[in-house]
Amino acid sequence: MRIGRGAPNDQSMENAGGPGIDGAVKSLPEALVRQLEEHAYRLRRDVLEMVTAARSGHPGGSLSSAEIVATLFFHTMRFNPREPKWPGRDRFILSKGHAAPVLYAALARTGHFPVEELARLRKSGSHLQGHPDQTRTPGVEVSTGSLGQGFSVAQGAALAGKLDGAGYRVYVLIGDGEMNEGQIWEAALFAAHHKLDNLTGLVDVNGLQNDTFVADTLITEPIVDKWRAFGWHVLDVDGHDVRALAEALDVATETKGRPTMIVCRTVKGKGVSFMENNPEFHGKAPTPEQLAQALGELELARSRRQAGG
Amino acid sequence: MIVSERIRRLVPGAATREAYGNALIALGAEDPRIVVLDADLSVSTMTARFGGRYPDRFFNVGVCEQNLIGIAAGLAACGKIAFASSFAVFAPGRCFDQLRVVVAQPKANVKLVASHAGLITGADGKSAQALEDVALMRALHGFVVMVPADETCAFWATHAAARHVGPVYIRLGRAKAVRVYDSFDTFEIGRAVEVVEGQDVTIIANGVMVAAAIEAAEMLDVEGVRARVLDMHTVVPLDRDAVVRATTETGALVVAEEHFLAGGTGEAVARTVAEAAPAPIEFVAARDYGISGEADELLAQYHLTAADVAAAARRALDRKGRR
Repeated sequence: MRIGRGAPNDQSMENAGGPGIDGAVKSLPEALVRQLEEHAYRLRRDVLEMVTAARSGHPGGSLSSAEIVATLFFHTMRFNPREPKWPGRDRFILSKGHAAPVLYAALARTGHFPVEELARLRKSGSHLQGHPDQTRTPGVEVSTGSLGQGFSVAQGAALAGKLDGAGYRVYVLIGDGEMNEGQIWEAALFAAHHKLDNLTGLVDVNGLQNDTFVADTLITEPIVDKWRAFGWHVLDVDGHDVRALAEALDVATETKGRPTMIVCRTVKGKGVSFMENNPEFHGKAPTPEQLAQALGELELARSRRQAGG
Repeated sequence: MIVSERIRRLVPGAATREAYGNALIALGAEDPRIVVLDADLSVSTMTARFGGRYPDRFFNVGVCEQNLIGIAAGLAACGKIAFASSFAVFAPGRCFDQLRVVVAQPKANVKLVASHAGLITGADGKSAQALEDVALMRALHGFVVMVPADETCAFWATHAAARHVGPVYIRLGRAKAVRVYDSFDTFEIGRAVEVVEGQDVTIIANGVMVAAAIEAAEMLDVEGVRARVLDMHTVVPLDRDAVVRATTETGALVVAEEHFLAGGTGEAVARTVAEAAPAPIEFVAARDYGISGEADELLAQYHLTAADVAAAARRALDRKGRR
């Protein structure tokens, strides 16, 4: 498990500024790909169990983000779970705050707090709020849940990094439905104008929003063209391919003079047949019976993956 | 009439926004953490003065009030003291939820300083005249809310905002303000100033209404009525002790503000009075949206003059007498 790369006193990593500093983005070793896939599998299990126990929450957009979050937390980002406020840490901001379960799972699985606490999601007295709360949960950088806002806060964090000449990077995950928000486009203009190349955006293009399909709500494509027109460096990847994600994140680190947006093509509810592309599971928890079926499907896919590889 | 030693007489002064611009320059020299953002109104809000002196720490984010607040919160999360400015109709007007979620709830060290508040914005008309901003900001738990009366008060309020760790809102005006204070380096958040001593009735005011209240006290003085005048420059946290003392010692109150009644200083005072020491209160406040005109014309037309304050004081005294 490669977590907390570049701990506070690790000068070499702090100065390195991420992988592939010498230019070429290295291809991921097969073993690491397997590890990241296993982490994504684990995050999915956690999400389903948490949301079922809470009897509410947002499974669909958490499952679509599993590989994205796994790749960031177990490969790309530098942080120290024992010192979550380490000033040199990379920042991750979940602007699509309703996907809190997958963030909490990643924070627990990287040691920010005990895994057992995940079962207390949304419960009174738990530090795991329905939407991320920076004042309560170790590792949550920014309180989100009102769409569009985390993306703006990320601009400010990246700007502060530039002002201070700090080496940290800022990663911000938005949704394709979230691109409805005008605030996203205010921030898109700002980041490009100020050449915030220490900022990497990721958009989880799962094709659905709260009520229905994105395409039936407001035509959002061509997403790549839109970000490119706003002055961003844009990469278009399969958001469930950890190798593609890791490499894109490395390319973003190498890109100077403009922010990068990684357009991640995903499936909402990914990995669970009855949740995939089903608007019903944007904000609804499965029943215990559905959970059993869902976990069975994840397990089967995992066995096949391991056998196939 | 006994007037606080801090004020000698009412003389013409600069606009509160000018004092803000000057205060930012002073603060910028003292503290490298200070970063100033503006939403494309920096010449009017006077943040351009800071921008001229410290271009590396000044950002015009464009006409993007929602992003303005988000960026400020991100800077604050990374150790900066973020001042964000626009006109009061636009911020908080166009970014209330941003102020709520990424500033108020996490107690971010963001200072929203809004200029061109109230009717005295003048000729631009009702869309430009914020009469609801104090209500919006009072509703956001954890914000300090200040309404300085003049340039001296605004200068020191800005310093106090920089020192205070947490969210602050300061309401400024476009028009030149009557100068109330000679000096005010003892400015303290949440501590009202008794600018005129008196025991018959208390006039609580802030912003442009402080000068009107002092003038009203002079009118009442001629009639033999000794009116106390409190400059309630901080609406949140309200100086509860000063309000309770005023109520118990004078038994009648007037609250004067250049803002709608709903959610304003008057309601804040009324709650404290109702809780602690009931007494008659009269309210001088805007009762309708504005129109284009000169600041003084509008204040007269909307019954926000010294004469209106004095009349309200007489009504309060009558009600006190009937009890």
